[in-house]
Amino acid sequence: MSGTDTRNWRGVAAEDQEELSEQVSFLLRSRSRRLLGELLRPYRREIVLLVAVIVVCNAASLAIPFLIKVGIDEGIPPMASGRGPATLVSVVAAVLAAAAVQAATRQVFLRMAGRVGQDILLELRRRVFAHFQRLSLSFHDDYTSGRVVSRLTSDIEAISEMLQSGFDGLVTAVLTLTGTAVLLLVLDVKLGLVALLPLPVLLLFTRWFRRQSSITYRRTRETVALVIVHFVESMTGVRAVQAFRREPRNQEIFSRLNADYRDANVHAMRLIAIFMPGVKLIGNVTIAAVLLYGGWLALGGDVTVGVLAAFLLYLRQFYEPMQEISQFYNTFQSAGAALEKLSGVLEERPAVAEPHKPVTLEPPRGQIRFEAVEFSYLDGTPVLPEMDLTIPAGQSVALVGTTGAGKTTLAKLVARFYDPVAGRVLLDGVDLRDLGEESLRAAVVLVTQENFLFTGSVADNIRLGRPDATMAEVVEAARAVGAHDFVTALPEGYETQVGKHGGRLSAGQRQLVAFARAFLADPAVLILDEATSSLDVPGERLVQRAMRTVLADRTALIIAHRLSTVEIANRVLVMDAGRIVEDGPPDRLIEGAGRFAGLHRAWLDSISDMPNVPD
Amino acid sequence: MKSYLRPYATRLVLIWLPALAGVGIGIVIPLVGREIIDGPVARGDAGALLPLSLLALALGVIEALLVLLRRWMLSEAVLGLETRIRDDLYEHLQRLPMSFHGAWQSGQLLSRATTDLSAIRRFLGFGALFLVLISVQIVTVTGLLLNMYWPLGLLVAVSALPVVVISLRFERRYIDVSRQVQDQQGDLATVVEESAIGIRTIKAFGRGRHVFGVFDEGARKVHRTSMEKVRLSAGFFTFLEVVPNVTLAVVLLLGALAVGSGLLTLGTLVAFTTLMLQLVWPISALGFILVMGQEAMTAADRVMEVLDTEPEIVGGSGVVERPRGHLRFEGVEFRFPDAAEPVLRDVWLEVRPGETVAVVGATGSGKTTLTSLVPRLHDVTAGRITIDGHDVRELSLPTLRSMVATAFEEPTLFSMSVRENLTLGRHDATEEEMRAAIEVAQAGFVHDLPWGLETRIGEQGMSLSGGQRQRLALARAVLTRPRILVLDDTLSALDVETEALVEEALRHVLRDATGIVVAHRASTVLLADRVALLLDGTITHVGPHHELMASVPEYRALLSADLDEEALR
Repeated sequence: MSGTDTRNWRGVAAEDQEELSEQVSFLLRSRSRRLLGELLRPYRREIVLLVAVIVVCNAASLAIPFLIKVGIDEGIPPMASGRGPATLVSVVAAVLAAAAVQAATRQVFLRMAGRVGQDILLELRRRVFAHFQRLSLSFHDDYTSGRVVSRLTSDIEAISEMLQSGFDGLVTAVLTLTGTAVLLLVLDVKLGLVALLPLPVLLLFTRWFRRQSSITYRRTRETVALVIVHFVESMTGVRAVQAFRREPRNQEIFSRLNADYRDANVHAMRLIAIFMPGVKLIGNVTIAAVLLYGGWLALGGDVTVGVLAAFLLYLRQFYEPMQEISQFYNTFQSAGAALEKLSGVLEERPAVAEPHKPVTLEPPRGQIRFEAVEFSYLDGTPVLPEMDLTIPAGQSVALVGTTGAGKTTLAKLVARFYDPVAGRVLLDGVDLRDLGEESLRAAVVLVTQENFLFTGSVADNIRLGRPDATMAEVVEAARAVGAHDFVTALPEGYETQVGKHGGRLSAGQRQLVAFARAFLADPAVLILDEATSSLDVPGERLVQRAMRTVLADRTALIIAHRLSTVEIANRVLVMDAGRIVEDGPPDRLIEGAGRFAGLHRAWLDSISDMPNVPD
Repeated sequence: MKSYLRPYATRLVLIWLPALAGVGIGIVIPLVGREIIDGPVARGDAGALLPLSLLALALGVIEALLVLLRRWMLSEAVLGLETRIRDDLYEHLQRLPMSFHGAWQSGQLLSRATTDLSAIRRFLGFGALFLVLISVQIVTVTGLLLNMYWPLGLLVAVSALPVVVISLRFERRYIDVSRQVQDQQGDLATVVEESAIGIRTIKAFGRGRHVFGVFDEGARKVHRTSMEKVRLSAGFFTFLEVVPNVTLAVVLLLGALAVGSGLLTLGTLVAFTTLMLQLVWPISALGFILVMGQEAMTAADRVMEVLDTEPEIVGGSGVVERPRGHLRFEGVEFRFPDAAEPVLRDVWLEVRPGETVAVVGATGSGKTTLTSLVPRLHDVTAGRITIDGHDVRELSLPTLRSMVATAFEEPTLFSMSVRENLTLGRHDATEEEMRAAIEVAQAGFVHDLPWGLETRIGEQGMSLSGGQRQRLALARAVLTRPRILVLDDTLSALDVETEALVEEALRHVLRDATGIVVAHRASTVLLADRVALLLDGTITHVGPHHELMASVPEYRALLSADLDEEALR
């Protein structure tokens, strides 16, 4: 059985089935280049300045050994022959000046590069986070929170590392490289050409390395992402993990993922372990060749011994930075891979897009219309085949039907969590797709049974419904739904921290907080999808009593399995397989012989199952 | 941390051999060059040119091979180390109790398992080796300088003092700032995580802008602190480069005077300054690597902080050979660590093997807490819970937790295959058993998913409805065939028809197991033989449903509202 192996645990999902074709990987590269360009564009002037500063800085630092030579060759002889220290003093002054220039430019460079880097990081963080928020739920359904976290942590860090250490090192290395190459050719063209002869080999070798490592680094990023996903999920769901003794199996999977990550890293480090000494080998072979050829030339008196000595010194200088570049290549690769993933996210278009010319409703009345609406989550399996429905403003509608009948889908379409595949959903005669996000969310609020509480106090969480609400309004909302009593019983009342994911509160209490949140938001259309399922009966009764007053002047869509909730509605829609099979006021439906009447009888039976019921 | 290094000690020491040999050869190759210039070229001896060049070539090849060897060996050692610590960290975190996980944001844990461990790896894989190589280089060169002309050599040695002093002072401040950055990044990761998990809530209220504000504030905080770090290190690195340059100028001035007064030859001064130039890079690199080491130390501290947290809940050694599932709460009290009032006090309850007891109480009365005490997700603060006469704290955790299975009201699903989610508690379940469990929980819908049981469900259940998720969680609990089955309001999201079907099937399961059912619906309560009423943190009444209905007004208030006169109108 497949249970014991650690490969299949994740199961199959559509995203795994994509294979990267040549063309796609080219697209990937070009879109990350585009993102990089966009990020750097605002800093064009700073970057030019930075390059100028680093050139000056390097020149000053290269000048120092040269000045020392000048000091020794031309400063000391006059002193020795008693002609005074004037030359020497001026050379020493020049050394100090060069040191000062170097220090100043270095300082400026480090600070400026640091600021530009941090600004870019901030911008990238903001951009990616905002984009994640903008993307539709259909995206988030597939893109787990662990992946979101890994995009905004480890990927951003990879880029941060490049900005911190990579840029500086690269510029310096490139400058040294070109400077030295020019010097070699100036010193002696023939010997210079011999020294630079292996350059094509080096370039080919570097290209091989670059190709290989971009594959490896993508692998590293992917494996680390899986490690992160598994880690975050196990920590978030640790209660289930412990309760079900999942630890050994989790450990098995985690070790496997961790080992995959290690293998990818080992592979990456081995590539470097080949590349670095490879470059060194090419350098050393060149040195040997220059020694042989140069020695032969020197024998014939074609080059001076001084030039040969200088060549040997400079050649070492020439191949050193090559290694440094590859050292940074690490950083560049992981940053490149990270950039690729981030640009991929940024390229995602929200399936539920913000309109170009958003319409605003002032004030919304709450009339909902479905016009020939079709919807399916996966292609080919329609959840709603074709729906026509009008809900007048102010009406309270109960949606009834078995699980999978399409009630929640209908609710989500009204809240525009998804867009219909065909047809349109209208609010006060305006297509939801034409409504501005702000306007829509102010008008329509959906409360589900998953009520996420954020880190912060109870009051903060209620206030999410309307961030500018006063404390009095928060308390009033809590009172209205019957949450006030339990909140004031908490150690610090409304200021009590709810803990991670609201863990301090019970499921029912969280639901009450979510309710208070919705009441505070005061929308024209309120959708309750199983929003009272965790409440006990008195709690539910309180909420229902509150709803009678609250729903009086607004449109409501109520989905509840317990028919007691239905009683407060003035219209009932019975759904089956995505269609409305019954429609009418509850009283009339109960008297009929349809499904609702049947459901109602079954429900009555289920609660009158109890003997000795009073009254 | 030491215990992690030990298995790799030999390897980490062995790496020094190629490392030092490589450095040695790096020094020898220029000497061969000098030999060629001084020998064949100076003497016009063409015959000696070729062998010496070949020697240079051979040394060059060996140097490259030594580098290859060093890096190859190192990669496995440091990555093995990192992987082991991460494995252990994960294992330890899984052992730590709910109270720990309630207090620690997973973002903070994640940054320890990734960022901090990489910092340690980077230092061990690159920094540590270079630190020693550079130190060797500095000491050797300084020794050579002292040997050449001691007054100037001393000057050079003394000039290293401010570098050391400033480095140490800088590091203290730098550690503070980098720790601050790390913590702030952890907080930011938490905001990201919450905004991703809570995305449906955020969307429902259109609070994207508000959440972005929170994130932005955190990101700006990271930006500010990072800028402080940049300023701090910019000053420091500049200083590191200034010192050798100024020393060089002073050496030139004093050296010239010494040459002038005949204390020093010109050739020695040339050699001296050339050698000194070799110190410039190591000294500035030293600062950089020390900082890296410091970061690694901070990271190690943060990791050890978690690893050193002792799990408060550890299993005993007791094993129950043939568990019957006789559960007793004896004077149980539970109080959250920071709370003044206990949630539960003096709870007495007995559930006999095969019996099912419903726990009924108002929202927030501690029902879920009560059930979480049985598998020791939390520990009682007074009194005890026994199974078949054994205190649960004396049993080993695997024993205990294989006897008890809980179906939570909020099912935690993982982004894994349906099969893996189902077999969470019993990995060796057969297909037959799985089918049976799916049947009991009326979770047949899983067969209709695109890839059946192999379909990956998103962590929040992708497009599964609340009821579907609850049924999966129920099937998961049933599949473990526990002696004690806890149903924590597991059916709340089911529609009436499905609920009836599930209840019917559950009756069979509960006949063979001891059951605790948390409920606030009469229909669910009817699954139980007896009902325990939880009021003000303690169990006030125990008895059959109809008896409590008739005699306890509080109980009637909790359950009879379904027949409320308003509701029926």
